Amino acid sequence: MRVGTAKQSYAADEGLFKTDTQKVWFGLLLAALVLFPLNGSSYWMFLAVLVMINVISTTGLNILTGYTGQVSLGHAAFMAVGAYTVAFFDGRFGTPVLLNLVLAGAVAAGIGYLVGLPSLRIKGLYLAIATLAAAVILGFIFLNWTPVTGGLRGLNVPTATIAGIELATPDRLYWLVMPITVVMVLAAKNLFRTRVGRAFIAIRDRDISAEIIGISLFKYKLMSFAISSFYAGVAGGLWAYLFRVVTPESFPALASIFFLAAVIVGGAGTIVGGIFGAVFMTLIPEFLKLSATALVPWFPDASIYLAPVRNIIFGLLIIGFLIFEPMGLAEMWRRTRRYFALWPFRT
Amino acid sequence: MSPSDSAAPVRPPAARLDVENLSLQFGGVKALDGIDLHVEPGSITALIGPNGAGKTSAFNAISGFYRPKTGTVKLDGVDITQVPARDRAKLGLARTFQNIALFRGMTVLDNIKLGRHAHLTSGVFGAFLYWGRTRREEMELRAEIERDVIDFLELDHIRNVPVAILPYGLQKKVELARALAMRPRILMLDEPVAGMNREETEDMARAILDVRDEWGVTVLLVEHDMGMVMDISDHVCVLNFGRRIAAGSPTEVRNDPDVIKAYLGGSGDPRKAALDGAAMGEVA
Repeated sequence: MRVGTAKQSYAADEGLFKTDTQKVWFGLLLAALVLFPLNGSSYWMFLAVLVMINVISTTGLNILTGYTGQVSLGHAAFMAVGAYTVAFFDGRFGTPVLLNLVLAGAVAAGIGYLVGLPSLRIKGLYLAIATLAAAVILGFIFLNWTPVTGGLRGLNVPTATIAGIELATPDRLYWLVMPITVVMVLAAKNLFRTRVGRAFIAIRDRDISAEIIGISLFKYKLMSFAISSFYAGVAGGLWAYLFRVVTPESFPALASIFFLAAVIVGGAGTIVGGIFGAVFMTLIPEFLKLSATALVPWFPDASIYLAPVRNIIFGLLIIGFLIFEPMGLAEMWRRTRRYFALWPFRT
Repeated sequence: MSPSDSAAPVRPPAARLDVENLSLQFGGVKALDGIDLHVEPGSITALIGPNGAGKTSAFNAISGFYRPKTGTVKLDGVDITQVPARDRAKLGLARTFQNIALFRGMTVLDNIKLGRHAHLTSGVFGAFLYWGRTRREEMELRAEIERDVIDFLELDHIRNVPVAILPYGLQKKVELARALAMRPRILMLDEPVAGMNREETEDMARAILDVRDEWGVTVLLVEHDMGMVMDISDHVCVLNFGRRIAAGSPTEVRNDPDVIKAYLGGSGDPRKAALDGAAMGEVA
C-alpha cells in the first residue's frame, strides 16, 4: 500500500510520471512493445500496426473533441488527406518516408485549420454537421481531382523504404509505426502539462471565462483543429504504407464515427483513454471473429451465423459502455489503480 | 512543500479606473444611462444598487464583454473602450463572475495557472517537447503561484482537487485566486460573497482586504451584502435603473435620501434606521 507521494521539488510534482511505480510500468510497456514481434505471427503484427495507427488518430481526435470540446465528424477525412499526401509524394517524387509523413501531417493540419473556421461561430451539434459537410467536400475532391488523387481508382503507394530497407510487411512496418506512436502519444501528454493544453481545456469547460483570462478562442480553437488533423494526417500516412493503396472508399464517413466512438468508449479528455478506446474498437471485432472461428469444431456453421451477430455484440458493447461507464475505459483503469494503491485496504 | 525562495512577489502598481458617460442599450432597454465612475488607485470601491440596476451590465461593459453605446473606459488614463476582452487581461484587468465561471473539469492548481495564461509565451512546439524554455516557464509559474497565490489564500490542501467537487465558498475563493494569478492591477469582483454564510463572508472579506493591502491592487466590487460593502469599501457608487444616483464614502451614501428611497421605496426615518442597522450589523 502506498500512503502518499511526497515530493521534494515542484519539478517532481509536475513530472510526466509522478511515482516510481509509474516509471516502472512505463518501462515494462516499452519492453513489451519491443518484444512483441517475437510472437512471429504476421496476423498479429498486422493487427498491432493497425491498432497503433488508430491510437495516433484517436489521440488526435481526443485532443480536439475530448480536450477542446469541439465535436468533429470529419476526422477520417483528415486521415484520407494524409494517406493521399503520402501516396502522391512517394509515388510521384519518391521522397523519403519520414518527410512524407511530416508532409501528410502538415497538409492535413492546414486543411484542418480551414475546416475549423466555422467553430468560431458554431458549437456542438452544429459544428459536428459542419465538419461532416467538410468531409463530404473532401470526399468529392478525392473522387474528382483525378490528376492528383487518381480519381475512382485511387493511388498505389510504393513500399516504405528507409535507408535501403524495404518495410514491405507489417513485421517490418511495426518498427516505423511503433516509435512514431510512442512519440506522438507522449507529445500529446506533454501538451496538456503546458499553457497550450490548459487553454484547450479552458475552452472546453467555459469559453467565456477563457476569453476573460486572455485566451484567444480564435487562435486556440484553430490550433486544436490543426493539431488534431496533424495526428490524423500522420496516421493516414502510415495507413497508406500499410495498405499500399488509397481510394476514395478507404476512409468512409463511418470511419469518423469509429474514431468518435473510440474517444468516448476510451474516455474523452484523457490520453490513456484514447489508447484504450482505439485498442478496444480495433480488437474487439477481431476477437469476436476469432471466437466465432473457435466454435467451428462444435458448430460447423458458426461463422455463417455469427458473422452478423458479431456486429450486434459489438454495438451492444458500445451501448453498454455509454450506460454503465460514461467516463470510458480510462475511468475503469483509474478505479483499478486506486484499488491497488490502497490494497489490502478498501475505500 | 515549502516555497522555493522568499523573493518578493511581482507587484504591479495599482491602476486607476475612470468610466465616463457609459451607456449601454439592449434594444429598447437602457441598461446603463450615462454612468460616471472613478476608482482611485489602491482603493476598494463598491458598486451597489437594487436588482436590475445595471451593476453587472456595468461590469460587463468595463471588462469588455459588452460594447458600450457611448462613453469611455480609461485605465490609468488610457482609453481601453475598444480593446477586446481577452486583451484586457494583459493590461491588468482581472475579474470574477457572479455565477462562478471556473473550469470545472480541472484541478484548483490548473485553474489558477490558467490565470497567468496571457503572461506566458511558450508555444505549441515547446509544449510537445516540454523542454527548454517551456519547461522553465512552467516551473517558474508553479513556484510563483504556490508562493504568491496558494499560500496567500490558504488553498494548499485542495490544490489537486477538481474544482467541480469543492463547496461553493471555496469555489469562489479559487476564482479569486485565478484572478490574482493574472497579476491584476485592478480586480473586479462580481458578488464575491453572494450565497455565503456569515463565516464564509467574513473569510472572503478578509481575503479582499488582504489582497488590497498586500498586493496593492485596486478593487472594484459589486455586492448585495450591505454589511460587507459598508465595512470594507472606501468608496461606494449606487446605481438605480441604469443611472448613478449617489457616490461617496459609505457614510455619505448611507445617509443619502435617494439611496434610501431606491432601496426602501420611501424616505421615513424608521426605514433609514433599518438600512443603518443592516449596514452596521455585520462586521467582517
